[in-house]
Amino acid sequence: MSTTKLEVVTPQRKILAVEVESVVAPGAEGYLGVLPRHAPLITTLKSGVVYYHKVGGKTERMAVSGGFMEAGPDKVIILADTAELSTEIDIERARQAKERAEKRLRERPPGLDWTRAENALQRSLARLKAAGADK
Amino acid sequence: MSSIREIKRRIRAISNIQHVTGAMKMVAAAKLRRAQSQVWAARPYAQKTAEVAGRLALAPDAQMLPLVASREVNKTCYVLIIGDKGLAGAYNANLIHLVQDCLAKEEKPAALIILGRKGVQYFRQRSVEILKYYLDIGDEPDLSLARGLARQLMEIFLDGQVDEVNLVYARFYSALRNVPQVERLLPIETPSVEGVEMADYIYEPEPMRVLEAILPRYCEIKVYQALLEAKASELSARMVAMDGATKNSGEMIDQLTLSFNKARQAAITTELLEVATGAEALKAQG
Repeated sequence: MSTTKLEVVTPQRKILAVEVESVVAPGAEGYLGVLPRHAPLITTLKSGVVYYHKVGGKTERMAVSGGFMEAGPDKVIILADTAELSTEIDIERARQAKERAEKRLRERPPGLDWTRAENALQRSLARLKAAGADK
Repeated sequence: MSSIREIKRRIRAISNIQHVTGAMKMVAAAKLRRAQSQVWAARPYAQKTAEVAGRLALAPDAQMLPLVASREVNKTCYVLIIGDKGLAGAYNANLIHLVQDCLAKEEKPAALIILGRKGVQYFRQRSVEILKYYLDIGDEPDLSLARGLARQLMEIFLDGQVDEVNLVYARFYSALRNVPQVERLLPIETPSVEGVEMADYIYEPEPMRVLEAILPRYCEIKVYQALLEAKASELSARMVAMDGATKNSGEMIDQLTLSFNKARQAAITTELLEVATGAEALKAQG
Protein backbone atom coordinates (compact mmCIF):
# COMPACT_ATOMS: atom_id res chain seq x y z
CA MET A 1 0.00 0.00 0.00
CA SER A 2 1.30 3.39 -0.88
CA THR A 3 1.77 6.03 1.74
CA THR A 4 1.98 9.77 1.92
CA LYS A 5 3.92 12.09 4.14
CA LEU A 6 1.99 14.23 6.59
CA GLU A 7 3.52 17.40 7.94
CA VAL A 8 1.82 19.64 10.44
CA VAL A 9 3.37 23.03 11.00
CA THR A 10 2.30 25.94 13.16
CA PRO A 11 3.98 29.33 13.32
CA GLN A 12 5.70 28.25 16.51
CA ARG A 13 6.97 24.84 15.54
CA LYS A 14 6.75 21.77 13.44
CA ILE A 15 4.27 19.57 15.24
CA LEU A 16 4.51 16.41 13.26
CA ALA A 17 6.10 14.72 10.26
CA VAL A 18 5.08 11.09 9.73
CA GLU A 19 4.31 8.62 6.99
CA VAL A 20 0.58 7.99 6.88
CA GLU A 21 -1.90 5.91 4.95
CA SER A 22 -4.69 8.47 5.13
CA VAL A 23 -5.60 11.85 6.52
CA VAL A 24 -9.00 13.31 7.32
CA ALA A 25 -9.13 17.06 7.90
CA PRO A 26 -11.81 19.66 8.67
CA GLY A 27 -11.89 21.57 5.39
CA ALA A 28 -13.75 24.80 4.87
CA GLU A 29 -16.56 22.91 3.17
CA GLY A 30 -16.67 19.93 5.44
CA TYR A 31 -14.41 17.11 6.49
CA LEU A 32 -12.40 15.66 3.68
CA GLY A 33 -10.24 12.60 3.41
CA VAL A 34 -6.92 12.45 1.63
CA LEU A 35 -5.32 9.24 0.46
CA PRO A 36 -1.92 8.81 -1.14
CA ARG A 37 -1.63 10.06 -4.73
CA HIS A 38 -4.26 12.70 -4.21
CA ALA A 39 -4.64 15.37 -6.87
CA PRO A 40 -3.05 18.68 -5.84
CA LEU A 41 -5.46 20.51 -3.57
CA ILE A 42 -5.44 23.54 -1.34
CA THR A 43 -8.15 24.20 1.17
CA THR A 44 -8.68 26.37 4.18
CA LEU A 45 -9.38 24.63 7.46
CA LYS A 46 -11.88 25.16 10.22
CA SER A 47 -11.40 24.27 13.85
CA GLY A 48 -11.73 20.56 14.17
CA VAL A 49 -10.03 17.24 14.45
CA VAL A 50 -7.47 15.85 12.05
CA TYR A 51 -7.43 12.07 11.89
CA TYR A 52 -4.40 10.37 10.48
CA HIS A 53 -3.63 6.72 10.07
CA LYS A 54 0.03 6.05 10.70
CA VAL A 55 1.75 3.43 8.60
CA GLY A 56 1.43 0.14 10.40
CA GLY A 57 -0.20 1.90 13.31
CA LYS A 58 -3.60 3.02 14.30
CA THR A 59 -5.60 6.14 13.66
CA GLU A 60 -4.55 9.07 15.76
CA ARG A 61 -6.19 12.39 16.38
CA MET A 62 -5.07 15.96 16.61
CA ALA A 63 -6.93 19.19 17.25
CA VAL A 64 -6.33 22.06 14.85
CA SER A 65 -7.82 25.52 14.62
CA GLY A 66 -7.81 27.48 11.42
CA GLY A 67 -5.18 27.48 8.75
CA PHE A 68 -4.96 25.60 5.51
CA MET A 69 -3.94 22.33 4.00
CA GLU A 70 -2.05 21.54 0.86
CA ALA A 71 -2.37 18.01 -0.43
CA GLY A 72 -0.11 16.66 -3.12
CA PRO A 73 0.54 13.22 -4.56
CA ASP A 74 3.12 12.26 -1.97
CA LYS A 75 2.82 14.90 0.69
CA VAL A 76 0.14 16.54 2.80
CA ILE A 77 1.02 19.75 4.57
CA ILE A 78 -1.20 21.28 7.19
CA LEU A 79 -0.41 24.85 8.13
CA ALA A 80 -2.46 25.38 11.24
CA ASP A 81 -2.88 28.41 13.45
CA THR A 82 -2.68 26.05 16.38
CA ALA A 83 -2.35 22.29 16.52
CA GLU A 84 -2.15 19.86 19.39
CA LEU A 85 -1.68 16.12 19.43
CA SER A 86 -4.39 14.29 21.33
CA THR A 87 -1.88 13.39 24.02
CA GLU A 88 -0.89 17.01 24.56
CA ILE A 89 -4.35 18.36 25.16
CA ASP A 90 -5.22 19.68 28.58
CA ILE A 91 -8.75 18.31 28.89
CA GLU A 92 -9.63 20.28 31.97
CA ARG A 93 -8.61 23.55 30.36
CA ALA A 94 -10.49 22.77 27.18
CA ARG A 95 -13.59 21.93 29.19
CA GLN A 96 -13.38 25.20 31.07
CA ALA A 97 -12.91 27.10 27.82
CA LYS A 98 -15.94 25.38 26.38
CA GLU A 99 -18.08 26.28 29.38
CA ARG A 100 -16.86 29.85 29.27
CA ALA A 101 -17.66 30.18 25.59
CA GLU A 102 -21.07 28.59 26.02
CA LYS A 103 -21.88 30.90 28.86
CA ARG A 104 -20.95 33.94 26.85
CA LEU A 105 -23.04 32.81 23.92
CA ARG A 106 -25.98 32.10 26.21
CA GLU A 107 -25.86 35.30 28.21
CA ARG A 108 -24.93 37.59 25.32
CA PRO A 109 -23.32 40.39 27.28
CA PRO A 110 -23.40 43.73 25.48
CA GLY A 111 -20.53 44.16 23.07
CA LEU A 112 -20.07 40.44 22.66
CA ASP A 113 -17.81 39.54 19.78
CA TRP A 114 -19.89 36.76 18.28
CA THR A 115 -17.36 35.36 15.89
CA ARG A 116 -14.73 35.30 18.57
CA ALA A 117 -16.92 33.52 21.09
CA GLU A 118 -18.09 31.11 18.42
CA ASN A 119 -14.52 30.39 17.37
CA ALA A 120 -13.50 29.83 20.97
CA LEU A 121 -16.31 27.34 21.36
CA GLN A 122 -15.35 25.52 18.18
CA ARG A 123 -11.73 25.36 19.26
CA SER A 124 -12.54 23.93 22.66
CA LEU A 125 -14.94 21.40 21.12
CA ALA A 126 -12.25 20.32 18.67
CA ARG A 127 -9.80 19.85 21.52
CA LEU A 128 -12.22 17.79 23.55
CA LYS A 129 -13.09 15.68 20.57
CA ALA A 130 -9.47 15.06 19.69
CA ALA A 131 -8.73 14.11 23.27
CA GLY A 132 -11.68 11.73 23.23
CA ALA A 133 -13.37 13.55 26.10
CA ASP A 134 -16.36 14.95 24.30
CA LYS A 135 -18.90 12.53 25.65
CA MET B 1 52.04 58.04 39.27
CA SER B 2 48.75 57.39 40.95
CA SER B 3 48.97 56.15 44.47
CA ILE B 4 48.93 52.48 45.24
CA ARG B 5 45.64 52.69 47.02
CA GLU B 6 44.01 54.40 44.08
CA ILE B 7 45.18 51.74 41.66
CA LYS B 8 43.95 49.06 43.99
CA ARG B 9 40.54 50.68 44.13
CA ARG B 10 40.34 50.87 40.35
CA ILE B 11 41.29 47.23 39.97
CA ARG B 12 38.52 46.27 42.31
CA ALA B 13 36.00 48.48 40.52
CA ILE B 14 36.91 47.05 37.15
CA SER B 15 36.75 43.51 38.32
CA ASN B 16 33.26 44.22 39.64
CA ILE B 17 32.30 45.51 36.21
CA GLN B 18 33.84 42.44 34.69
CA HIS B 19 31.61 40.26 36.82
CA VAL B 20 28.55 42.14 35.67
CA THR B 21 29.45 42.08 31.98
CA GLY B 22 30.39 38.41 32.25
CA ALA B 23 27.01 37.63 33.79
CA MET B 24 25.19 39.67 31.16
CA LYS B 25 27.03 37.80 28.46
CA MET B 26 25.97 34.47 29.91
CA VAL B 27 22.36 35.60 30.20
CA ALA B 28 22.33 36.91 26.64
CA ALA B 29 23.88 33.69 25.37
CA ALA B 30 21.27 31.56 27.12
CA LYS B 31 18.41 33.70 25.83
CA LEU B 32 19.94 33.77 22.40
CA ARG B 33 19.84 30.01 22.21
CA ARG B 34 16.11 30.08 22.84
CA ALA B 35 15.51 32.94 20.45
CA GLN B 36 17.53 31.23 17.78
CA SER B 37 15.56 28.02 18.02
CA GLN B 38 12.36 30.06 17.81
CA VAL B 39 13.62 31.67 14.63
CA TRP B 40 14.37 28.27 13.12
CA ALA B 41 11.05 26.87 14.29
CA ALA B 42 9.07 29.63 12.62
CA ARG B 43 10.79 29.29 9.27
CA PRO B 44 9.03 26.23 7.82
CA TYR B 45 5.61 27.77 8.33
CA ALA B 46 6.70 31.08 6.85
CA GLN B 47 8.24 29.36 3.87
CA LYS B 48 5.20 27.24 3.17
CA THR B 49 2.82 30.14 3.54
CA ALA B 50 4.89 32.19 1.15
CA GLU B 51 4.92 29.31 -1.30
CA VAL B 52 1.17 28.81 -1.27
CA ALA B 53 0.48 32.54 -1.38
CA GLY B 54 2.93 32.90 -4.25
CA ARG B 55 1.21 30.21 -6.24
CA LEU B 56 -2.18 31.74 -5.66
CA ALA B 57 -0.98 35.18 -6.53
CA LEU B 58 -0.56 34.04 -10.11
CA ALA B 59 -4.31 34.34 -10.42
CA PRO B 60 -5.27 37.27 -12.62
CA ASP B 61 -7.57 38.87 -10.03
CA ALA B 62 -5.05 38.53 -7.24
CA GLN B 63 -3.62 41.96 -7.92
CA MET B 64 -7.01 43.47 -7.17
CA LEU B 65 -7.11 42.36 -3.55
CA PRO B 66 -6.79 45.33 -1.22
CA LEU B 67 -3.83 43.85 0.65
CA VAL B 68 -1.94 43.27 -2.59
CA ALA B 69 -2.95 46.21 -4.75
CA SER B 70 -0.29 48.89 -4.69
CA ARG B 71 -1.48 52.44 -4.93
CA GLU B 72 0.04 55.84 -5.18
CA VAL B 73 2.08 56.41 -2.07
CA ASN B 74 1.14 59.53 -0.16
CA LYS B 75 2.37 58.39 3.17
CA THR B 76 4.80 55.69 4.11
CA CYS B 77 4.93 53.97 7.43
CA TYR B 78 8.07 52.47 8.89
CA VAL B 79 7.75 49.92 11.65
CA LEU B 80 10.93 50.01 13.65
CA ILE B 81 11.70 46.97 15.74
CA ILE B 82 14.44 47.92 18.14
CA GLY B 83 15.70 47.09 21.62
CA ASP B 84 14.28 48.18 24.95
CA LYS B 85 17.70 48.15 26.53
CA GLY B 86 21.10 49.34 25.52
CA LEU B 87 24.42 47.63 26.18
CA ALA B 88 24.21 45.83 22.90
CA GLY B 89 27.01 47.46 20.98
CA ALA B 90 25.94 49.33 17.90
CA TYR B 91 22.72 47.35 17.52
CA ASN B 92 20.27 50.12 18.37
CA ALA B 93 22.33 52.87 16.78
CA ASN B 94 22.55 51.01 13.48
CA LEU B 95 18.80 50.62 13.31
CA ILE B 96 18.21 54.26 14.13
CA HIS B 97 20.64 55.30 11.41
CA LEU B 98 18.89 53.14 8.90
CA VAL B 99 15.51 54.64 9.74
CA GLN B 100 16.93 58.12 9.50
CA ASP B 101 18.35 57.38 6.10
CA CYS B 102 14.97 56.12 4.98
CA LEU B 103 13.20 59.17 6.36
CA ALA B 104 15.69 61.49 4.73
CA LYS B 105 15.11 59.87 1.34
CA GLU B 106 11.35 60.05 1.67
CA GLU B 107 9.80 62.95 -0.21
CA LYS B 108 6.26 62.36 0.95
CA PRO B 109 5.45 62.42 4.66
CA ALA B 110 6.36 59.35 6.61
CA ALA B 111 5.31 58.05 9.98
CA LEU B 112 6.81 55.64 12.44
CA ILE B 113 5.56 52.83 14.56
CA ILE B 114 8.15 51.90 17.11
CA LEU B 115 8.59 48.75 19.13
CA GLY B 116 11.24 49.24 21.73
CA ARG B 117 12.17 51.93 24.20
CA LYS B 118 15.43 52.93 22.53
CA GLY B 119 13.65 53.98 19.37
CA VAL B 120 10.99 55.92 21.25
CA GLN B 121 13.61 57.73 23.30
CA TYR B 122 15.43 58.81 20.19
CA PHE B 123 12.57 59.78 17.91
CA ARG B 124 10.32 61.38 20.51
CA GLN B 125 12.36 64.56 20.49
CA ARG B 126 12.51 64.74 16.73
CA SER B 127 10.04 66.01 14.25
CA VAL B 128 8.74 62.66 13.13
CA GLU B 129 5.20 61.52 13.43
CA ILE B 130 4.95 58.48 15.68
CA LEU B 131 1.70 56.68 15.04
CA LYS B 132 2.12 54.21 17.84
CA TYR B 133 4.74 52.79 20.05
CA TYR B 134 5.17 49.74 22.21
CA LEU B 135 7.55 49.24 25.09
CA ASP B 136 8.75 46.17 26.95
CA ILE B 137 8.24 43.50 24.40
CA GLY B 138 10.28 41.11 26.43
CA ASP B 139 12.78 38.58 25.29
CA GLU B 140 10.29 36.14 23.88
CA PRO B 141 7.93 37.82 21.47
CA ASP B 142 4.84 35.66 21.24
CA LEU B 143 2.55 35.02 18.38
CA SER B 144 -0.43 36.87 19.80
CA LEU B 145 1.63 40.06 19.97
CA ALA B 146 2.66 39.63 16.35
CA ARG B 147 -0.93 38.92 15.33
CA GLY B 148 -2.22 42.01 17.10
CA LEU B 149 0.43 44.16 15.54
CA ALA B 150 -0.08 42.70 12.08
CA ARG B 151 -3.82 43.32 12.33
CA GLN B 152 -3.27 46.92 13.30
CA LEU B 153 -0.89 47.41 10.43
CA MET B 154 -3.35 45.89 7.99
CA GLU B 155 -6.06 48.11 9.42
CA ILE B 156 -4.19 51.37 9.01
CA PHE B 157 -3.17 50.27 5.55
CA LEU B 158 -6.70 49.37 4.49
CA ASP B 159 -8.09 52.54 6.06
CA GLY B 160 -5.82 54.52 3.82
CA GLN B 161 -3.99 56.14 6.73
CA VAL B 162 -0.77 54.99 5.13
CA ASP B 163 -0.13 53.62 1.67
CA GLU B 164 2.89 51.53 2.34
CA VAL B 165 4.19 49.70 5.38
CA ASN B 166 7.82 48.72 5.78
CA LEU B 167 9.44 46.74 8.53
CA VAL B 168 12.82 47.87 9.78
CA TYR B 169 14.64 45.26 11.79
CA ALA B 170 17.94 43.48 12.08
CA ARG B 171 17.93 40.20 10.23
CA PHE B 172 19.65 37.46 12.13
CA TYR B 173 22.26 35.50 10.23
CA SER B 174 24.46 34.11 12.96
CA ALA B 175 25.53 34.97 16.46
CA LEU B 176 28.19 37.22 14.99
CA ARG B 177 26.28 38.72 12.12
CA ASN B 178 23.03 40.60 11.88
CA VAL B 179 22.10 43.13 9.28
CA PRO B 180 19.61 45.95 9.75
CA GLN B 181 17.29 46.03 6.80
CA VAL B 182 14.07 47.45 5.44
CA GLU B 183 11.46 45.02 4.24
CA ARG B 184 8.16 45.78 2.56
CA LEU B 185 5.16 44.39 4.39
CA LEU B 186 2.18 46.08 2.72
CA PRO B 187 1.08 46.10 0.01
CA ILE B 188 2.11 42.49 -0.08
CA GLU B 189 4.71 41.70 -2.67
CA THR B 190 3.67 38.23 -3.55
CA PRO B 191 6.66 35.95 -3.67
CA SER B 192 7.19 34.48 -7.08
CA VAL B 193 7.33 30.74 -7.47
CA GLU B 194 8.53 29.39 -10.75
CA GLY B 195 7.23 26.45 -12.64
CA VAL B 196 3.94 26.05 -10.86
CA GLU B 197 0.77 26.39 -12.81
CA MET B 198 -2.24 27.80 -11.10
CA ALA B 199 -4.56 25.38 -12.82
CA ASP B 200 -2.76 22.39 -11.37
CA TYR B 201 -4.56 22.77 -8.10
CA ILE B 202 -8.02 22.10 -6.81
CA TYR B 203 -9.11 24.91 -4.53
CA GLU B 204 -11.65 24.62 -1.86
CA PRO B 205 -13.35 27.09 -1.61
CA GLU B 206 -12.49 29.05 -4.77
CA PRO B 207 -8.94 30.40 -5.16
CA MET B 208 -9.70 33.98 -4.25
CA ARG B 209 -11.31 32.99 -0.99
CA VAL B 210 -8.33 30.83 -0.12
CA LEU B 211 -6.02 33.69 -0.97
CA GLU B 212 -8.06 36.04 1.17
CA ALA B 213 -7.61 33.64 4.07
CA ILE B 214 -3.92 33.16 3.47
CA LEU B 215 -2.77 36.73 2.95
CA PRO B 216 -3.51 38.01 6.46
CA ARG B 217 -1.69 34.97 7.84
CA TYR B 218 1.20 35.64 5.54
CA CYS B 219 1.32 39.13 6.92
CA GLU B 220 1.14 37.91 10.51
CA ILE B 221 3.90 35.40 10.08
CA LYS B 222 6.10 38.01 8.47
CA VAL B 223 5.66 40.31 11.44
CA TYR B 224 6.21 37.40 13.81
CA GLN B 225 9.40 36.43 12.05
CA ALA B 226 10.64 39.99 12.05
CA LEU B 227 10.07 40.16 15.80
CA LEU B 228 11.92 36.91 16.36
CA GLU B 229 14.82 37.84 14.12
CA ALA B 230 15.11 41.25 15.73
CA LYS B 231 15.18 39.71 19.17
CA ALA B 232 17.78 37.14 18.23
CA SER B 233 19.89 39.88 16.65
CA GLU B 234 19.61 42.05 19.72
CA LEU B 235 20.61 39.24 22.03
CA SER B 236 23.52 38.23 19.85
CA ALA B 237 24.67 41.85 19.64
CA ARG B 238 24.48 42.09 23.40
CA MET B 239 26.36 38.86 23.84
CA VAL B 240 29.16 40.02 21.56
CA ALA B 241 29.30 43.45 23.18
CA MET B 242 29.44 41.99 26.65
CA ASP B 243 32.04 39.47 25.61
CA GLY B 244 34.16 42.34 24.32
CA ALA B 245 33.63 44.29 27.50
CA THR B 246 34.64 41.34 29.64
CA LYS B 247 37.81 40.84 27.62
CA ASN B 248 38.66 44.53 27.68
CA SER B 249 38.20 44.75 31.41
CA GLY B 250 40.50 41.74 31.74
CA GLU B 251 43.13 43.60 29.78
CA MET B 252 42.65 46.69 31.88
CA ILE B 253 43.02 44.70 35.05
CA ASP B 254 46.27 43.24 33.74
CA GLN B 255 47.62 46.70 32.96
CA LEU B 256 46.56 48.11 36.26
CA THR B 257 48.05 45.16 38.10
CA LEU B 258 51.30 45.85 36.32
CA SER B 259 51.33 49.49 37.32
CA PHE B 260 50.25 48.48 40.81
CA ASN B 261 53.27 46.18 41.09
CA LYS B 262 55.54 48.84 39.67
CA ALA B 263 54.24 51.42 42.11
CA ARG B 264 54.65 49.00 44.97
CA GLN B 265 58.18 48.16 43.89
CA ALA B 266 58.98 51.84 43.58
CA ALA B 267 57.66 52.47 47.06
CA ILE B 268 59.75 49.64 48.50
CA THR B 269 62.84 50.91 46.72
CA THR B 270 62.31 54.41 47.99
CA GLU B 271 61.80 53.13 51.51
CA LEU B 272 64.94 51.01 51.32
CA LEU B 273 66.90 53.96 50.03
CA GLU B 274 65.62 56.07 52.89
CA VAL B 275 66.58 53.47 55.43
CA ALA B 276 69.99 53.04 53.87
CA THR B 277 70.61 56.77 53.69
CA GLY B 278 69.46 57.15 57.29
CA ALA B 279 71.83 54.40 58.41
CA GLU B 280 74.71 55.95 56.47
CA ALA B 281 74.02 59.30 58.02
CA LEU B 282 73.97 57.83 61.54
CA LYS B 283 77.23 55.98 60.86
CA ALA B 284 78.86 59.17 59.59
CA GLN B 285 77.78 61.01 62.76
CA GLY B 286 78.93 58.27 65.12
